[in-house]
Order: sequence, then C-alpha cells, then structure tokens
Amino acid sequence: MLVCAAVSLIFFWVPEDADQGFSQKIFYFHVPIAITAYACFGWGALKAFLHLWKRSPGADIESYVAIHLGVIFGALTLVTGSIWARASWGVWWTWSSKQLVLFLVLFLFYAAYFMLRFSVDPGPARANVSAVYALFGVVLVPISFLAIRLADDFIHPVVFDSNGPNMAGSMFFTFCVSLAAMLSLAGALYQTELAGKRLDATLRELREVLA
Amino acid sequence: MSSGEKYVAAAYLVVFAFVLVYVLIIGLKLQRLQRELAELAARARARRLEEEEPVERPEVTPVG
Repeated sequence: MLVCAAVSLIFFWVPEDADQGFSQKIFYFHVPIAITAYACFGWGALKAFLHLWKRSPGADIESYVAIHLGVIFGALTLVTGSIWARASWGVWWTWSSKQLVLFLVLFLFYAAYFMLRFSVDPGPARANVSAVYALFGVVLVPISFLAIRLADDFIHPVVFDSNGPNMAGSMFFTFCVSLAAMLSLAGALYQTELAGKRLDATLRELREVLA
Repeated sequence: MSSGEKYVAAAYLVVFAFVLVYVLIIGLKLQRLQRELAELAARARARRLEEEEPVERPEVTPVG
C-alpha cells in the first residue's frame, strides 16, 4: 500500500525538479533503496553480533536473511543509480567518483559473504565465520555513507547536509513516503524469507526423526 | 516519450521486476515446503497406524 502511495505521489503529485527535470524522479526510489540496503546490512551485523555475544538462537539465520536482502537492495541501488547517472551525467558509471566505487566495494564485500558461508559445512563453524565477516563488512556502511558528503569530486549530488534536506516540502514528504515504503517492503520480505528458512529447518529435523 | 521519461520508466521497471522475481522465488519455495510437509504428515500418519494395529496372538486351545 505504501509502495502504491509512493508511486502515486511521485508521478501525480510532486513537481518536477527545475534542474534535472523528469529524470530526477529516480531519486525517490534510488535513495530509499540505498538507505534500505544500509539498514539491512546494519541489521545483519547486529544479529551477527548477537550470535557471537549471546549465542541467541536463530540470530545466525536472521543475519543471513538480512544480508541477503541487503545485497538485493544493493544491486537495485547500483542499477537505478547507473540509469540515473546515464540520464543526468551521460555515463552509466564513473570510476572517478569515490562514493560510487565505495558502494560497489560494499556490495561486492557482502556478495562474497555467500561464497564464504557456503564454502563452510553447516554448523557452528559456518555461523561463527559468517558472523565475523558480517561484522567486518558493516564498517564499510558509515564510510560509504559519509563518502558522499566528504568526497571532493561533487559529481554525486548531496541532498541531505547539516542544514537538513535541500528540497521543497512536497519533495521531502514524497521522499519520506518512499523511504517508509522501501523499509516496509524490506521488512515484509525479511519476515517471509525468514519464515521459509525456519520452516525448512523444522522440516529437515522432522525428516530426520521420521527416517 | 522523452529520453528522461524512458530512463525513469526503465529504473522503476527494474525495481518492480526484481521484487516480482524475488516474490516468485519465495512463492515457489513455499510451495515446495508445503509439498514436503504434506509428504511428512502422510508418513507420520502411516507410522501411527502401524503402531496402533493390534498384535495378532495365536489362539490357545485347552489341552485334556
């Protein structure tokens, strides 16, 4: 419902940007998707920390699902950002922009998480190695986030600075609805995938009992 | 359609296509889990029936 509301606001209510025109409408999905990816990586790291610290049951699988979603939202950030870059700057990608490269590094780091996880046999060793890796990766999140503000090339636009959002009230409202929509979508997908994983584990256990 | 509109349409279509594919994959997985659950339930029922069947004992005929 929130996604429908966001799309309606983006295409039928919010005015076009004076500088970039219609292509600026990508902003309302691109930035919330990027923030959602950061949130998923952060949540995954928190669950990994809980697994290592308190040995919370299920924290490992929760961390895995959150990182899985973070990688999906990260891929969407790269794809929508690339399309927006082509529309605004005339290029699909630029290696000279530190923030783009940092986000790509963050994405590839978490993509490698799955290779590491599935190279270890299921069990406590897999859970521990995955949790340590997830915790290392989360350090890249604030670096990537701050790089957009600290970079000196100024290719990537900065909308939120110390003075608050640099946009009209209607644009900020639409952005907030889009952000809520993306976070809710990620939350719903997280719960669904987690339920599937838990059911899968229970069924495996049941099969062993009945064998 | 202007080039800006084409890029915006492409960006939004990519997002919706990704989400759709993800939901489809999850849906297929849930279907597989439902099938497996039904199969295990049938196996458990069959086992219970086996356990509940009365053990046949040979009739003892009085001698003498």
